[in-house]
Amino acid sequence: MLVQKGKVLALVGNHAVAYAVKQAKPQVLAVFPITPQTTMLEKLSEYIDKGELRAELIKVESEHSAMAAIFGAALAGPRVFTATASQGLLYMTEMIYWVGGQRVPLVAAVATRAIASPWSIWDDHQDFVSKRDAIWVQMMAENVQDAYDITLMAFRISEDPRVMMPVMMGFDGFILTHTMERVEVLPDSVVDEFIPPREFKLIDFDNPLGIGAVATPDNYAKYRKKAMEAMERAKSVIKEVMANFEEITGRKQYGLTECYMCEDADYLLVGMGAWVGDMRVAVSRLRERGKKVGLLKIRVFRPFPREEVREALKGRKGVVVFDRAYSFGSGGVLSLEVKANAYGLTTPIHTVVAGLGGKDVRPRDIEGALEDLTEGKLEEERWLA
Amino acid sequence: MLEIRFHGRGGQGVVTASNLLAEACGLDNLYSSAFPIYGAERRGAEIEAYCRISDSPIRVTSPVEEPDYVVVIDPSLLRISKAVFRGMKTTSKVVANYSGELQLKWRTFTINANKIATELGLVKSGWPMVNVVMLGALVRVMGIPSLEALKRAIEEEFEGRVAELNAKAVEVAYKEVKENYVLA
Repeated sequence: MLVQKGKVLALVGNHAVAYAVKQAKPQVLAVFPITPQTTMLEKLSEYIDKGELRAELIKVESEHSAMAAIFGAALAGPRVFTATASQGLLYMTEMIYWVGGQRVPLVAAVATRAIASPWSIWDDHQDFVSKRDAIWVQMMAENVQDAYDITLMAFRISEDPRVMMPVMMGFDGFILTHTMERVEVLPDSVVDEFIPPREFKLIDFDNPLGIGAVATPDNYAKYRKKAMEAMERAKSVIKEVMANFEEITGRKQYGLTECYMCEDADYLLVGMGAWVGDMRVAVSRLRERGKKVGLLKIRVFRPFPREEVREALKGRKGVVVFDRAYSFGSGGVLSLEVKANAYGLTTPIHTVVAGLGGKDVRPRDIEGALEDLTEGKLEEERWLA
Repeated sequence: MLEIRFHGRGGQGVVTASNLLAEACGLDNLYSSAFPIYGAERRGAEIEAYCRISDSPIRVTSPVEEPDYVVVIDPSLLRISKAVFRGMKTTSKVVANYSGELQLKWRTFTINANKIATELGLVKSGWPMVNVVMLGALVRVMGIPSLEALKRAIEEEFEGRVAELNAKAVEVAYKEVKENYVLA
């Protein structure tokens, strides 16, 4: 297929995701406002009002109901979508696990935001990573274009018969949701081909089945094992969908992770989300000064790219993971994932906990920590607070 | 890469100004990003917004600390704000909404945007809407994006009479902005 040149628009992150959702043609949306996601669902309701999107918009009374509503709707066949953040995601948690456990294909966007208390409307990753065990594929965007791209791919991945799982598209609250950037959007006809209409139903009156019934201990364990196998299978499906998307758009998709300036790097920086952009700047600046540093970006958080991460860590003199979420008494959440997959390797892995509750992180903060790593001056765990 | 910082007050359209500039740059095939600092701001509170312009993709997501241009939308901030001139380099420039001459340490350009907005009837809830007017001046000083791209972005953002008046206002500001020479 030839590379399809789309229109170039200037969009804030929330509107870019709304645009992608509109093009994916969901038939049911459940909406409940929460900062910093609200303007996305407002945009979608505007599309419906203008006749650009034919979908049923369900105004629910809470996030728990939002997920319950699209859970039920998705079982009957339609493609569905919702979005939330922070406290909303927490309130939705019971339904998040239901949807994951029942392997319902649907897509939800999470505009990542800190968790109370104390109250905060600003960005970090505590909400997003807290859903790591809910049987959801979780992907994280680096910029507004990436958020648009991942949203489109999320529908394809979710509905793939080899996966059949909900997908969470995480993108940093305000830093991406409210930043206006240049976005290349695909023509509608290309999206139609990339995400064909959803034709399967989970509820079929001719072949009745029970949903959400009790599972005996034996069956429950089998369910979980099947989910584990599907999650492992999802890795190759995600790569396949990304390769296809790259072919259509001409935009490099890399896979579950991306290694930037890694080839000969002695020291490696690991990160996930919007600040990966700032990390690129920091790595480039240190390279200009002759420091052999590289960057490993985690683009897919679940399934965790174990093989890629382990491979990237091998032979490095030092690694520093930047974390926007913390597990108390243990360490940075992403750091723990990285460390778990470095078992048996001798590479020292450091953690920098930063950007909590929206605290600004500048390229020079990242550069400083990374430079300290190269000079043996970085503590095992450093807090930028 | 050019880095621009806008200073104004809640309700003056500071965020819209920054977004419009990014949009106009996009129309001229440049890369751009625009974002504000969000907080619990309300009408009248000090607001800042940022815009970056480049001919290659922009990777930085953090606030602008060393601006190439500072745009002062609300003249009262020149007197009371500690934030306006922070991080300025010797080469930085100021574009201010101001009725007289300003004597600052940097190359400074002024435009009486309040007057332009009031005369054209660009007034909302008793305030002259000067955000877009200031862009007319800024675009002249920076040389990018083109005035045409700015006017197209305005047409996309606003509708009807408001779009018309703002387009007219940027033309006036584009012509009338002047540099304030500092006597050696």
